[in-house]
Amino acid sequence: MIRTLPNSKAYITGYKLFIAIFFVFLFSPLVITMILAFNNSMFPSLPWKGFTLDWFFGNGPEKFGLFHDSINLRGIANSFKVAVTVSLLATTVGTMAAFLFEQEDFKFKGALYFLMIAPLVIPGVILGISILLFTNAISIFLDDTFGIYIKALSPSFWLVVMGQFSFIATIVTMIVSARLRKFDRTLEEAAFNLGANKFEVIWFITLKYLRPSIIGGAAIAFLMSFENFNTTLFLIGADSTLPINLYQQVRDGSTPVINAIAFLLIISVSTVAVINLYAGKKQEE
Amino acid sequence: MQTKSKKRKIRWSFIIFFIPVALWLLLLIVLPHLELLRISLTSSSAKGFTLANYAAFFKEPIYWLTFVRTALYSILVTVIVLVVSLPVAFYITKVSKIKTQGLLMVLILVPFWVSEMIRVYGWMILLRESGVINAIMLKLGLFHKPIEMLYNDATMIMGLVYTSMLFMIVPIIGVMGSLDDSLIEAAHDLGAKKTAIWKEIIIPYCMPGIMSGSIIVFMLVLGSYLTPKLMGGKNALWFTEQIYNQMIVYFNWEQGSAFGFSCYYFLL
Repeated sequence: MIRTLPNSKAYITGYKLFIAIFFVFLFSPLVITMILAFNNSMFPSLPWKGFTLDWFFGNGPEKFGLFHDSINLRGIANSFKVAVTVSLLATTVGTMAAFLFEQEDFKFKGALYFLMIAPLVIPGVILGISILLFTNAISIFLDDTFGIYIKALSPSFWLVVMGQFSFIATIVTMIVSARLRKFDRTLEEAAFNLGANKFEVIWFITLKYLRPSIIGGAAIAFLMSFENFNTTLFLIGADSTLPINLYQQVRDGSTPVINAIAFLLIISVSTVAVINLYAGKKQEE
Repeated sequence: MQTKSKKRKIRWSFIIFFIPVALWLLLLIVLPHLELLRISLTSSSAKGFTLANYAAFFKEPIYWLTFVRTALYSILVTVIVLVVSLPVAFYITKVSKIKTQGLLMVLILVPFWVSEMIRVYGWMILLRESGVINAIMLKLGLFHKPIEMLYNDATMIMGLVYTSMLFMIVPIIGVMGSLDDSLIEAAHDLGAKKTAIWKEIIIPYCMPGIMSGSIIVFMLVLGSYLTPKLMGGKNALWFTEQIYNQMIVYFNWEQGSAFGFSCYYFLL
């Protein structure tokens, strides 16, 4: 049954087979996508027509590779900008929220905590439309009463940032809270006794302790923002992010440039994941 | 004495932590939802509040049928995800060698950190009529002509299971990790069968993880847009597509808001 109990050979083999099939299921779409990025064909499909790097570096006349594809490059740049902004904001506010819920006591804490957790289950589409409606209402109100027009309140970069931040901050809060909960508060007391004030304690002791979870939270916030589609769809202005771009291309028929993008994304994500695993192991030692 | 002076002092740390969090939740969650509710109760043609948008939802069979279909399929997907996730989580926490646990965890996480768009695209180039599986099957002589495997409900359900699995596996692993092995050993020594151990020990113990995982997966599937749109059949819509059509295509924000809010009635 479990590793400490004697298991029949059939049980172990059967179980391993199940897990193997599971991982094949998990990885086959990604592996195939990556392989076809190098197929010398106009379509992302078999047969294999030989190896090429054209879908990365090709510069016409037939194949325009990723590095000469200005629409997708701009999409990547936009996604990058959004993701960096969201990740900075979400990490800051998420860490503050972790302190608030783990270390402070106040009235209605339970209710506020429930509200903070809620974005986990609110569908992204609804977050998107509700923020769109709300900012639109504010925008109309400001225009009618003061005659001012704020561009950030119409679908644009900042609206996308706000929409993604609204639920990614929850994720960061949960990641940082999980570590803060294990923090030994006698360390704080010791620092207080030695004459430190609250902010010195937080800065020099608690935040140092939290650092791995803050970095981890920021990384996950970045990835979630980079790949977000549902919320972004309703808040996007003229500057499409990468997932929105890809969606339009896939819907309207595509070339293996998308495979090239997928290849780079999968490689970078795996690298981050491996570094994360390695860093986590080192810390345990 | 000391506690008294502590209480009277303004708690700066509390204020500094509280304000950004309160602003976030008020401005981006609470007020937008109130606005969503308000708009859903108005009409572009008449003044004052009206239930017309909700009435339209029940009057037009295509609207509520889409909703029922989406809800039922979401339940089905959640059940399938649960059935697949339990043995995988059990393998990682209890059966695999301790050394490989971290690696297996990373292997499970990687596909979900890659954009949902890329994952769906991967399935599309595998399954479509000119896709990789068809090409291989034709070559092997197993198929005589290519079969379109995309754009049907079964494929869409598989795609939804694929994209939401992680959100069940991670919470279950979180709970299962703390399940004491000796409970299972004791049950085994007393002659309990595997099914009994699952039913009496493992599943009850993992219930918190199963519940939170199920709620997250259900809402995620209910609110997904890409997978049903790109993998599902062309003659039936997912509810989010209905919302998108109202909001963006017909520019009927009142109706779209009513649809958006309807997603919550199901939770109640």
